[in-house]
Amino acid sequence: MFAYIIRRIFAAVVLLLVVSAVTFAIFFLLPRIAGETADQLATQYVGKNPSPEAIAAVKQNLGFDQPLYTQYWNFLKGLVSGAEYKFGPDPVTCHVPCFGYSFKNHLEVWPELTKRIPITLSLAIGAAVCWLVSGVTTGVISALKPRSIFDRLAMGIALTGVSLPVFFTGALLLTLFSYQWPILDNLQYVDFTDDPLMWARNLILPWISLAFLYSALYARLTRAGMLETMSEDYIRTARAKGLVERKVVTRHGLRAALTPIVTIFGMDLGLLLGGALITEQVFSLQGVGAFAVQAIADNDLPKILGVTLLAAFFIVACNLVVDLLYALVDPRVRLS
Amino acid sequence: MTELQKTPADTGQTPSGDPFLSVRDLRIHFDTDDGLVRSVDGVSFDLHKGRTLGIVGESGSGKSVTSLGIMGLHRSKRARISGEIRLNGEELIAAGPERVRQLRGRELAMIFQDPLTAMHPYYTVGAQIIEAYRVHHPEASKKQARARAIEMLDRVGIPQPDRRVDDYPHQFSGGMRQRAMIAMALVNDPSLLIADEPTTALDVTVQAQILDLIRDLQEEFGSAVIIITHDLGVVAELADDILVMYGGKCIERGPAETLFDAPEHPYTWGLLGSMPRLDRELQDRLVPVKGTPPSLINVPSGCAFHPRCPYADLTGGRSSSEVPVLVEAAPGHHAACHLPAAERHRIFAEEIAPRL
Repeated sequence: MFAYIIRRIFAAVVLLLVVSAVTFAIFFLLPRIAGETADQLATQYVGKNPSPEAIAAVKQNLGFDQPLYTQYWNFLKGLVSGAEYKFGPDPVTCHVPCFGYSFKNHLEVWPELTKRIPITLSLAIGAAVCWLVSGVTTGVISALKPRSIFDRLAMGIALTGVSLPVFFTGALLLTLFSYQWPILDNLQYVDFTDDPLMWARNLILPWISLAFLYSALYARLTRAGMLETMSEDYIRTARAKGLVERKVVTRHGLRAALTPIVTIFGMDLGLLLGGALITEQVFSLQGVGAFAVQAIADNDLPKILGVTLLAAFFIVACNLVVDLLYALVDPRVRLS
Repeated sequence: MTELQKTPADTGQTPSGDPFLSVRDLRIHFDTDDGLVRSVDGVSFDLHKGRTLGIVGESGSGKSVTSLGIMGLHRSKRARISGEIRLNGEELIAAGPERVRQLRGRELAMIFQDPLTAMHPYYTVGAQIIEAYRVHHPEASKKQARARAIEMLDRVGIPQPDRRVDDYPHQFSGGMRQRAMIAMALVNDPSLLIADEPTTALDVTVQAQILDLIRDLQEEFGSAVIIITHDLGVVAELADDILVMYGGKCIERGPAETLFDAPEHPYTWGLLGSMPRLDRELQDRLVPVKGTPPSLINVPSGCAFHPRCPYADLTGGRSSSEVPVLVEAAPGHHAACHLPAAERHRIFAEEIAPRL
């Protein structure tokens, strides 16, 4: 088991390195291939109407005059030992881990990113809890009484939920509960450590809009999984033992049906932690997603690179956790 | 528990006293979109403690549906069950599902065909046996239940049971899994054990071991056993009485010896003729029963076997117009066939017996 974990973590690190190399290549190699000169590339990193000296400084600082592998090596080095840029008269330090330095607004990328992680984390985890609870419960009840009124109604709502984009449900919820009936107005992100109640109150609408989308998916997944497992032979065995039906459903049916859901949950959560772009926009949350949107709008390459790597990290990490969990959930995959 | 039904005289050689299990005119029909499926259509039998009944028939003849019906495991709203199932005098069809659940696993236990799919892949073998024990012994501590599980695994011949108890089903071989299933079924000392094709998924060497095990355990616990199979070799090993099913009906039943030596029904002849025998001279090839099992929605008129019966012409048309009833052909031996008994015995002696 221990060797398995070490192997998986090692693989995850290699994967992240590959992702960083590819991302790096996309942002710094492709423009060169497309015929952009080092000067033109450097121009993107300075403010409007830059002086030729400023461009030259950026070019040198970012190493655009060096071969790509040196640039990538320096980037990796910055991650573990920080970097220093001689920009203007004073050298600028980019602290460990140096994900880059935005020459547009003169900020290090990493601290900017980490500031936003709690917001995205709150949004993603809260929504995940909502959709898991509602989705799985609905799916189980639907599967136990297939083609009942509850089942048809729930699956109808689920279909609607899957079809409606967050910017619609989110805007609808805001209109209803912040403007029409201002029960939840003045939504501002409050840190959990400051005031947990306000934190939850101000996040409940984004949670619901996100959860509505996902729980629909999870309800359908759970229903399909439960319908399948409840017709398995071991369910008949469980009944033949004389177990009460509630235990047959939860201990035997749901236990087996949850396995594929765990897998998909890991992916969904990982994706969401990389930034819920639309939801954050709709509810004006300054999370990782909003950061990414802003970085793209500004064409600020170090920021885009940073946020891409962070998103990749979350996805890889979540999948790693899922793989390890899987070994716990399904004894048949253990140690192989 | 008091209104014991008297055993009809026709149960013949069975031991005296009231039967432990008495099934009367059991009908299990399913409403489907294609019509009413008559999976079991009027089956009756008695079973005493310590005796083994073999139910034989092709796929779709209603054997498994019968056994699941006794266990009360037909949960679909589309299942229509009628008749009588008396267990130790207690009627089960009219009893509430909660009462039947209490009996399931404690008085009635079942072994299923494929022990790999019949055990939950995510729980250890021990955990599943412990669960079966604690359902009916809620007062038992986890430690006691675990000791009981190890004891049962030991009893069914699993080596190093105190270690294997923590293994998962996939870590067991097919034969060991079936042993574990048997341990799970017997953990509460049930009075009736139903084994539904217990050896079909196993290879031949293991089959014999499992059959031996079932026989030994039955002698030890004195329970009644129903063994359901399409394999006459299995019932020849184990059963005291045999019931042959065809198209949801019982077409022949009787003590094992007479049924093998002097089968009455042409379908039973067919079954015997299609069975490989090592104790007889080698014949060119086995003789299959011609045709396919009947549809249970449009059961053939009259005798359900008549489209496949080579002797249907000898009944003067009755076989396709009139449903034959079970008639006692020899003491305790009943068959449902329109052929006159004398004719039947002549055909068997002249045409069938030499080929068996």
